[in-house]
Amino acid sequence: MTEFLQLLFQGVSLGATYALVALGFAVVYRSSGVINFAQGAMLLLGAYAVSWLAVDVGLAFGLAVLAATVLLALAGAAMHGLVLRRVAGRPTFVLVMITIGIGIAVTHGVEAAFGPDRRLLGDPWGSAAFQLGGVTINTVKVWGIAVTALALGAYFAFDRYTRWGLAMQATAADEEATLSVGVPVRRVHACTWALAGALATLGGLFLAGFPGAPQPALGDAALRAFPAIVLGGLGSPVGAVVGGVLIGVVEVLTSGYAPASLGTNFYAVAPYIAMIAILLVRPYGLFGVRPVERM
Amino acid sequence: MRTRIVLLAAVLVLLVLPFQLGTSALTTGTFVVIAAIGATGLNVLTGYAGQISLGHAFFLAVGAYTGAKLGEDLGWSAALWIPAAGVVAGVFGALVGPVALRLSGLYLAIVTLGLVFIGQHVFFNAESLTGGPQGRTFPPVVIGPFDFSAGQVLRVGSLQIDSNGLYYYLALALLAGATAFAWNVRRTRSGRAMVAVREREIAASVMGVDVRRVKVAAFTAAAFMAGVSGALYASYLSFAQPGEWSLLLSIQFVAAVIVGGMGTVAGPLLGSAVVFALPTLLKNLPFLPEEAAGGVSVSDLSSIAYGLLIVVFLVLQPRGLAGLPNQPKEAHS
Repeated sequence: MTEFLQLLFQGVSLGATYALVALGFAVVYRSSGVINFAQGAMLLLGAYAVSWLAVDVGLAFGLAVLAATVLLALAGAAMHGLVLRRVAGRPTFVLVMITIGIGIAVTHGVEAAFGPDRRLLGDPWGSAAFQLGGVTINTVKVWGIAVTALALGAYFAFDRYTRWGLAMQATAADEEATLSVGVPVRRVHACTWALAGALATLGGLFLAGFPGAPQPALGDAALRAFPAIVLGGLGSPVGAVVGGVLIGVVEVLTSGYAPASLGTNFYAVAPYIAMIAILLVRPYGLFGVRPVERM
Repeated sequence: MRTRIVLLAAVLVLLVLPFQLGTSALTTGTFVVIAAIGATGLNVLTGYAGQISLGHAFFLAVGAYTGAKLGEDLGWSAALWIPAAGVVAGVFGALVGPVALRLSGLYLAIVTLGLVFIGQHVFFNAESLTGGPQGRTFPPVVIGPFDFSAGQVLRVGSLQIDSNGLYYYLALALLAGATAFAWNVRRTRSGRAMVAVREREIAASVMGVDVRRVKVAAFTAAAFMAGVSGALYASYLSFAQPGEWSLLLSIQFVAAVIVGGMGTVAGPLLGSAVVFALPTLLKNLPFLPEEAAGGVSVSDLSSIAYGLLIVVFLVLQPRGLAGLPNQPKEAHS
């Protein structure tokens, strides 16, 4: 039982981080219909930005996180303004390929700038942990869950109650109608990309927390979060969060309980198997809506 | 008429190329032609039938391991194991086809992405077939008197063709077959059905197109060519680890098809030339080694350039290389 609780805690903690990653995918998909394959590179950039500001520049950690979030939001908006704005309306496949290209360039750019080795994150928590009923609880994981909950709450409040949030929802529902009532649709798009960048900073930060570290392979976590967004339904922020937590728990539980006959590292593909099984039953994910098709 | 002259000139250039290139350039060229076979398959699937697949690396792997099993472990002739690699991969493709019926667009892309990951997991663990993480050797092509092993030289009159050249010509012949298939299938009933499904699936089904059959056929054809390409690729490498069949390989194929020009006949070869030769070319640029001394690795720089080139190219030239000579007369909105 203790082992189960331990795994469950780790699963929820990992799932919370995946939820942040998946939400980053979902906001961009909902507004522009693109799966942003560069999101992994943005996670990497976010973690390195925090690490650079906290360790090399020497800012207080909280300040470093704040500054990195702003930087990444700017980077996200720049990606939209410099590249994706110019290719709006092209086939989805071309857009996806463009984000893959950006991802490759940014990932290797980070590696070229900071080298291939693990870095210090500069966080105050390190490997600190405490015991609760036999379960080891890492401080950084508690912070991860708390910050994720806070960020998700803030996002959903923003989405529901502010002018910009409502403008985003409207743009997602019908871009032309939204434009015709005077909403600056292009700025709304830029805003969603900035939001994705900001979310990537938080996601990257906690992926790089103990026992991880800022290192070039960090961006691969985005690939592991793919099943999360698909499970939830591509354009559904709520689905992204539910899918993220679900995938985190599935991954950690299978890493603890999968029999050896399934092969080493089975936990890494378990989310994908779960995803394919669910998609065959519900082709648009748990919370996705089948789009209305016209002839 | 003009098309024919261009075609004839292109074939001639491709035929004499091995005699003009050095060994390392010829190796790159051979990889490009082998990859172009697989890209032609993906072009049928994505360019004609409009189905997005990130799973191409998986089908290459199936072909490669089929070739290894039959050619090396069972000792079959290459005249048998190369087609067999295509057939086995094609069967796997036919199994994926029905999934495409239920899923569309990016959902399909991510499921095929899952295929790559699940495939890699299986390949890493199936040691008897794949050698596990350490990898395994792959058989050289041997067809009757033609031996493609390294060090063998074929003499035709005064011409000498070494093993690189033999692989090049074999790949070129198979590419010609694949291209002829892709060229002709567009003008058949099933080819037009594929295009109809790409353009508007519901309208196609109302018109009497059997969407299920079209999608399965497209996946089967694509996987067949990927299997042949994979078997040849592994044989030419002569050794490969399961990590070879990664998402990056799939992405390179997708990039090749898009950069070359989706749905065009010459696109796959042009795109493969760019995508698969570019990393090698970038690593050999004369000004790069100096910067490498400053602590930045050459492979990082070439990857950065590679990513940026894809972005810049697609932003400026969405119709691909094959679309360059036929620019639309007026700018579209």
